[in-house]
Amino acid sequence: VCFSARSMATTAYLLSITENVKYYLLIFLVTPFALIKKKQKQKKQTRALPVKMAAPLTLLLLVAVTVRAALFRSCLTELIAERVEVVSPLTAWKRGKGAPATPLIIYLFHFLVDYAEVTFMLADVITAVALYMAVADYNKQVFRKQKYALEADRYPLDCLELIRSPKEMYYIPLKVAMFYLLNPFTILCCVAKSTCGLNNAIIALFILTTIKGSVLLSAIFLSLATYQSIYPLTLCAPALLYLMQRQYIPVNFRRFSFWWFIAQYAFMYLGSLFVLVCLSFFLLGSWDYLPSVYGFILSVPDLTPNIGLFWYFFAEMFEHFRLFFLCVFQINVFFYTIPLSVKLKEHPVFLIFMQLAVISIFKSYPTVGDIALYMAFIPVWNHLHRFLRNIFLVSCVLLACSALFPVLWHLWIYAGSANSNFYYAITLLFNVAQILLVSDYFYAFLRREHHLTYGLYLKRKDGSEATLVLK
Amino acid sequence: MAARRRLVSALLVFLCASSVFSGAESQEATLTGGHRAAAVDDPPTDTERAEQAAEQPAVEERRWEATEVEEATPDEAAGEKQDTSAPGTAAPSSAPQPKDDFQEELVVRPLHSGDIYASFQFRTLWETDFTRENKVSHYRLFPKSLGQVISKFSVRELHISFTQGYWRTMQWGQPFLPSPPGAELWVWFQDSVTDVDGTWKELTNVLSGIFCASLNFIDSTNTVQPSASFKPLGIGNATDHRFLRYATLPREIVCTENLTPWKKLLPCGSKAGLAVLLKSEKLFHSSFHSQAVHIRPVCEDRQCKTTSWELRQTLNVVFDLYTSGQGKREWSLFKMFSRTLTEACPLASSSKIYIDVTDNPQGEQFELSPATALLSQAVVLGDRRTFSVYDLTQQITFGSVRSLNLLIRWKSTEGDMLRPLLHAERYVAGYGLQTGEIHTLMYNNHPYRSFPVLLLDSVPWYLRLYIHTLTVTSKGKDNKPSYIHYQPSKDRLRPHLLEMLVQLPPNSVTEVTVQFERALLKWTEYTPDPNHGFYVGSSVISSLVPSIVAMDTNSTLKRPLFSSFFPCKEESSFFVRIYTEPLLVNLPTPDFSMPYNVICLTCTVVAVGYGSLYNLLTRSFQIEEPSPGLAKRIANIIRKMRGVPPL
Repeated sequence: VCFSARSMATTAYLLSITENVKYYLLIFLVTPFALIKKKQKQKKQTRALPVKMAAPLTLLLLVAVTVRAALFRSCLTELIAERVEVVSPLTAWKRGKGAPATPLIIYLFHFLVDYAEVTFMLADVITAVALYMAVADYNKQVFRKQKYALEADRYPLDCLELIRSPKEMYYIPLKVAMFYLLNPFTILCCVAKSTCGLNNAIIALFILTTIKGSVLLSAIFLSLATYQSIYPLTLCAPALLYLMQRQYIPVNFRRFSFWWFIAQYAFMYLGSLFVLVCLSFFLLGSWDYLPSVYGFILSVPDLTPNIGLFWYFFAEMFEHFRLFFLCVFQINVFFYTIPLSVKLKEHPVFLIFMQLAVISIFKSYPTVGDIALYMAFIPVWNHLHRFLRNIFLVSCVLLACSALFPVLWHLWIYAGSANSNFYYAITLLFNVAQILLVSDYFYAFLRREHHLTYGLYLKRKDGSEATLVLK
Repeated sequence: MAARRRLVSALLVFLCASSVFSGAESQEATLTGGHRAAAVDDPPTDTERAEQAAEQPAVEERRWEATEVEEATPDEAAGEKQDTSAPGTAAPSSAPQPKDDFQEELVVRPLHSGDIYASFQFRTLWETDFTRENKVSHYRLFPKSLGQVISKFSVRELHISFTQGYWRTMQWGQPFLPSPPGAELWVWFQDSVTDVDGTWKELTNVLSGIFCASLNFIDSTNTVQPSASFKPLGIGNATDHRFLRYATLPREIVCTENLTPWKKLLPCGSKAGLAVLLKSEKLFHSSFHSQAVHIRPVCEDRQCKTTSWELRQTLNVVFDLYTSGQGKREWSLFKMFSRTLTEACPLASSSKIYIDVTDNPQGEQFELSPATALLSQAVVLGDRRTFSVYDLTQQITFGSVRSLNLLIRWKSTEGDMLRPLLHAERYVAGYGLQTGEIHTLMYNNHPYRSFPVLLLDSVPWYLRLYIHTLTVTSKGKDNKPSYIHYQPSKDRLRPHLLEMLVQLPPNSVTEVTVQFERALLKWTEYTPDPNHGFYVGSSVISSLVPSIVAMDTNSTLKRPLFSSFFPCKEESSFFVRIYTEPLLVNLPTPDFSMPYNVICLTCTVVAVGYGSLYNLLTRSFQIEEPSPGLAKRIANIIRKMRGVPPL
């Protein structure tokens, strides 16, 4: 079907360099913005990221856009846009007006339909730059905190090797941007014109504004993300924790300032959500979109296979248990918010990572784009690698599953030599691997925190080397 | 009576057999119009051409005579009525009866493919008003069950058809009454109906009972409201399509159980008249079978001062006698229906058999016996056709054997059928179970005239149409439809409805394509044989096709029933509705034996997620203090007792 895809891609690549100057323009629009920010920070703090970091970032963006432009020009576009792993019924570009898209997205593409490719590339670039800046800022704070703790002698003596050096933290923001932009999942998502890329951009902007401490913008972007797909609602907990930490408001239920801040944030969040909902109503002139978008997300009527757990489960569900299991599965996404917030109240950024992972595993129509977003944070937790227990196994499983998805899909749908169970088995395995990955990072994070308090080389009462266990 | 009939039929069998095996001598014995038979008996050779040409005026003369006879029938209607009531067993014919009238008719058309097309039409006209307040309680010819349906559900028009097999337009030409494979129902309700959907649901359930069909499977997922394709065929030009409902069940299988209730609606049942021919063992042993009921209000006169309700029951059947007749192309009423005719329905004001002899003016194609002097011309489907007419109300038709067994024997197999001006076909393209493409091809075979057609597609929701991929091309160029009405589907609620008005260029093929995605359904939503596939109802193509001859626009003029179904508004064109093949589409299926496994496995994965997070959330890190083993503990106890320090 796709004759000599590689040669097509290379020619398209050459073409894209000569023809698609417009794509590069957008990079030059975005990078100065990032550069200016860097320069400002440069003046304030000497140990912050030097200005020369902007050059690799620009290069990265150039490479990323080139890859996307080449793929957009190749014959693979159609193939990718049909992949069920890449597009869900909610995000599929191909479904056109029939898709249960939010009115604002429909309205946006009413104008941008001719510039769709640029829009999706821009969304990816914005996400990457926002994550880059957010992580850079976050790392600075982590470093500052670590410095204060060191100065206050709060770390045990044998923990020195756990202390993070500026050298190893230097490239983390760039790695985050790279993990997002060059992740095959993101590229596929962008080439398929999945609106997941736009949702990721909104969430990335939310993270950036939260880390920068802008309460209003954080609330606005959170409401936008919620408006797009209910689930990011759970991100309000880390946002609140982070913003309160930043403003030195104690997380204490008896304090007035705590409740006052929550009320402020809730007011801004609900206000902007109200504005969005009303705006959609005025655009469409009816409330029909509410059941057709949010009802669609919550009641899972479309059982098109995807990488999630919902489709086969509800295709095979007994009719009288459907509602019960629907509630159980949907509550599952929101269920972990409170215990995780309690456990990780000192570390809201890690909480964001956890929440994003939980959402992408347990949401009703997940795509690989959702996974790409939380995987972009993996370089931030570089220092946890020594405590990870089964990262090798998990990454092998994830890679194998990613390769097996199209194979088993082909066997089931086209060759007819397999059936739905094969594809379903792979989704199960993929999700188990994701769960193990996330819980492994969570374990490593908790263990490092434990070591930072009690020392790295723990001893038993009898003086022999001790092993840590969860009890 | 039955014994007598059997005797008669046995006699006829003998007659047929003898006529087959013996030569021209016995043929002459069965034929009454010997003159004509002699003229067409031998295959035409060059030397006999002149002779035929000489005889042609005679035939012409008779034809004109025949049409005069036909035109005279309206005047004779009153007289005929008296005639029919005379032999009737218990026909109440007192003066102040509500004016009702029953006609029956059979049209037989030999098809070029060697098949035989027989079309029965039974029409009951009743000058009454079902919609008025006081209910109609006295029924004579009109079936009470349908009358009650009309008044209870405020039906303005009702059209229902059950069809087994697909009408092959390219081989058979246009049918008198088109119908799609499976069941089709479309109803116009009165403006007074407030809850149209509720009434429709009730109506389909009632009709399901009346016709013993699965019409109760009609629900919102296969009902549409076409905006332009289905206009009322009776009086009243209601155009508000809120009161129209259209549904098809392409999977419906039509059988004896549907025929019996249909026959019961006839005034004579299957006891007398043409209906005695309707024996299911023969009717369903055919290439095509379609039975329909059409109810509509019609005008009685030209000014439309009085209206009456028309119930038209039609039954179309195509017999493939060529293959079943061991290569002999020959048929008779007895061969087709295993019955012969002995009388008209006593309640019928007219009872006629028409044999299409248009392609056989000289009898060179086939020979018809017994011959009849009555010829009739009718403009039907844009063409002037000639028919031999047998009037069953005349005793002379039955001849001396008091039974009519029409017989056609072919002589030559050549002869080309005029290609139908409009025909269509449809198929699914693509492979795999993910996506596909519906192709609809519409052929305009008119050499120099273009005409517009209305295409209606109703596609179930589980084929998700990508409407932005819709293309209409004719002659390699984009053909933009001048009107498109698209209603997107809603999952498990309503189907896609696509209607468009396309101009077909002369002598061209217009292709309409649209891509779709196949949905995975819940396991309970599949049919018991899911790998057979899902049926998608036929596309409906309605058009005003340019006519070769001037059409008759006067709807009140007395015409044969088969030519008077679709109202004709202008002389230059005639209305045609054709149906494409239904589609059979495969959908991806889950494994139906897996529900417990899937529930268990998926819940296990969720539990793994829950469990690992729960573990990390609720427990804390502690140094492992190994508890001493059992042996060591016992040894320590013993050492303690001995007063020795423990291990």
